[in-house]
Amino acid sequence: MAEIRLRQLAHSYSRQPATAADYALHELEHVWEQGGAYALLGPSGCGKSTLLNIISGLLTPSHGQVLFDGKPVNDLTPQQRNIAQVFQFPVVYDTMTVFDNLAFPLRNQGLDESKVRTRVQEIAEVLDLAAVLKKKARNLSADEKQKVSMGRGLVRDDVSAILFDEPLTVIDPHLKWKLRRKLKQIHEQFNITMIYVTHDQLEASTFADKIAVMHGGRIVQFGTPRELFERPRHTFVGYFIGSPGMNLIEVRAEADGVVFGDIHLPLPDGLRERLAATAGGRLQVGIRPEFVQLWDGPFEGAYPAQVLDIEDLGTYRIVTLMLGGVSLKARLGEDRPLPVGQAWVSLPAQWLMLYVDDVLLEAGP
Amino acid sequence: MNKVPNNKAWWLVLPVFLLVAFSAVMPMMTVVNYSVQDIFDQSSRYFVGADWYRQVLRDPALHDALLRQFIYSTCVLLIEIPLGIGIALTMPTKGRMASVCLIVMAIPLLIPWNVVGTIWQIFGRADIGLLGATLAKLGVSYNYAGDPFDAWLTVLVMDVWHWTSLVALLCYSGLRAIPDVYYQAARIDRASGWAVFRHIQLPKLKSVLLIAVMLRFMDSFMIYTEPFVLTGGGPGNATTFLSQTLTRMAVGQFDLGPAAAFSLVYFLIILLVSWLFYTAMTHGDKD
Amino acid sequence: MSMRKTLALLLYFFFLLVPIYWLLNMSFKSNSEILGGLTLWPQAFTFDNYRVIFSDASWYSGYINSLYYVCLNTVISLLVALPAAYAFSRYRFLGDRHLFFWLLTNRMAPPAVFLLPFFQLYSSIGLFDTHIAVALAHCLFNVPLAVWILEGFMSGVPKEIDETAYIDGYSFARFFVKIFIPLIGSGIGVTAFFCFMFSWVELLLARTLTSVNAKPIAAVMTRTVSASGIDWGVLAAAGVLTILPGMLVIWFVRNHVAKGFALGRV
Repeated sequence: MAEIRLRQLAHSYSRQPATAADYALHELEHVWEQGGAYALLGPSGCGKSTLLNIISGLLTPSHGQVLFDGKPVNDLTPQQRNIAQVFQFPVVYDTMTVFDNLAFPLRNQGLDESKVRTRVQEIAEVLDLAAVLKKKARNLSADEKQKVSMGRGLVRDDVSAILFDEPLTVIDPHLKWKLRRKLKQIHEQFNITMIYVTHDQLEASTFADKIAVMHGGRIVQFGTPRELFERPRHTFVGYFIGSPGMNLIEVRAEADGVVFGDIHLPLPDGLRERLAATAGGRLQVGIRPEFVQLWDGPFEGAYPAQVLDIEDLGTYRIVTLMLGGVSLKARLGEDRPLPVGQAWVSLPAQWLMLYVDDVLLEAGP
Repeated sequence: MNKVPNNKAWWLVLPVFLLVAFSAVMPMMTVVNYSVQDIFDQSSRYFVGADWYRQVLRDPALHDALLRQFIYSTCVLLIEIPLGIGIALTMPTKGRMASVCLIVMAIPLLIPWNVVGTIWQIFGRADIGLLGATLAKLGVSYNYAGDPFDAWLTVLVMDVWHWTSLVALLCYSGLRAIPDVYYQAARIDRASGWAVFRHIQLPKLKSVLLIAVMLRFMDSFMIYTEPFVLTGGGPGNATTFLSQTLTRMAVGQFDLGPAAAFSLVYFLIILLVSWLFYTAMTHGDKD
Repeated sequence: MSMRKTLALLLYFFFLLVPIYWLLNMSFKSNSEILGGLTLWPQAFTFDNYRVIFSDASWYSGYINSLYYVCLNTVISLLVALPAAYAFSRYRFLGDRHLFFWLLTNRMAPPAVFLLPFFQLYSSIGLFDTHIAVALAHCLFNVPLAVWILEGFMSGVPKEIDETAYIDGYSFARFFVKIFIPLIGSGIGVTAFFCFMFSWVELLLARTLTSVNAKPIAAVMTRTVSASGIDWGVLAAAGVLTILPGMLVIWFVRNHVAKGFALGRV
């Protein structure tokens, strides 16, 4: 088990990186605490696989250090770091049986056969593979193969962390949730540090205690799924998490708040002061569709808006509105009556986020 | 791969089928035709049924040649397959060195077979050949024209020189197709180099090795030009393999009937052994 | 690369190249020097042997003829083998396994068996002594090999790619040319190389089916053996020249053989 620390970590794939564009990972300082279940969430190309391979040792970072329990491990191989990694495509040894596959890392360590047998049996039970232990690995289905891949990581008891690189990509959708649950169970049972790379926010939120959202080679926010949802620190987090993502509106600063179109939004004092102190930059407010409030008739502090479109998605609806020349989405539960033509919209201040140059502006302590 | 049943696929296969049938079926029928007739000349032919087959199958000269051929092909496979795999494993995976390696290795394969024979014929001579002269200087008695063992050895070394690259090139392209993740996973599992070879590389090389084994078996079993140019089949009958025996019969003695019968037997032997190889090597695919 | 690996590889290369160097060596010597004594390097370097070949039309036409029918054969083999290999790779159809094996069996018949029948066949359709005759005859063993190799490479491309293309509206022909063929580039390169190689070196059939117009270089080389002895120098030079076209081909397809492809996992 290990605490993994990234110190001033950056990586460029080119020999002589010149500009920021040459870097796949920009300077990172981060701690993964021991025993946690973490997700690395981000779109393709944001650097998450690079980061994972640096943590596991398959890639040596061009700058900075990786520390396991305080000791720098840059020069250590994955086996020396005791890392187990599960890849996107199931990697099994085709010619061996499931039992031999799971036993492989243990036998390479020189463990004696009786211990190997017990351990393999144990892991096979946990992963529901006990029934297929005698089968040749090549005859398994994709999800069984992926379980074997995971099993090989779990079977070693000296594992410091298990890293998953989008492991459910090739699994059928109706089996994905089963494997996700399994992973969560395993984490609770064995309490190993697990880092899970994915571009699917649902996977990330169901698996991880804390999610690191990556964008353009940086970790833009690290927090629980709830924190990411309720207080996105970066417009990208707002946009990427949630379905649909956060509404982002370009605004201008004015005396007591911000304005867009003909809508004036007042800001609380603390925030106003902070805004005045910033030196300009791109201003946006964000509010999640879930938090946009709709009223049938005029309401204190609500603005009239035109209903453009309503999408019925089964358990919820997405209402597209036009407010102050800007299109907004609101998310309504299925039991709410649907507005027609015109609706009254209020944007509660507690859910209204202000972003300066994409970063959340928060009121002082 | 899950293949879709679709008989319209025959349209895609038709050109190949027609082309090969044209080249194969008609000549084959001619051969079958000849094999059951006694042909003196174009006008006098007599149907003799299975007579030629009986004669051919009892011929002791043929038995000897067949035995020699089997020993030869076995030696060839035993040396060239492991050697080829070994070479493929040592070759660099990318960069200029890889290209250079490929070119150097391809050279022996591109030489017309009579030239191959000629090269070694010259090379092994004590008067004008480097090998022959060097061995003579070292005091080793070597005479591929006079000594049967030396002749065998030279023909074998010539074949290894000529054809190992084929196995190596096939294995090399097979190795290149193995995705990196397998090697990464093996490193994480702490697998030794030997384990990586046994559990990852060798299984993935199976289809390529099948091609290599079958090609080498078939070609070595049919070998004609190279040993003929090198030793003429000698000394005596020491390096007279099956193809040469057949050609002697057909062209030299001009016995078309027995030659045709022998041709068919020859073909059937190759067919049988190839089929055995094929089944043995693809058998493991079913569980 | 580790020391041991490099050493092993170098040893193998040495083994391969020494006889060739010896041939090259001989090609630059006069016959008298060759028969006079053993020298590692030509004492009297001469281009005479090559001059003989390049100046005599009957010599260099041998090369041109060989090149012509070999290229013809490679193109024909690839053209017919590509769709067939695709069929074997993607579909199950009546008699498919038997057809596949039957194709392979055509490589199992000793060429000597076919000499007379081929001669009669091609003469009867008036194709004797033409390049196309040899190209077609060589298809007997090259097409099965091409289908075999290509099918292997094609099976490495997941069917999902085909299906995605159809969903995106590609017709079969467009999909095949624009999407599929680039994916199996290595396979085509390897196949082209083998077709070229087996056709270039095959001698028995080429000689039987030609006499003057399409005479291959291998047949021309027998001219060096005459009553007055063997013309070693010219023979060596001719031999060296037969190696060059093949080297060019491998240079052009080297990337396809050296590259693996990223697909074909799982």
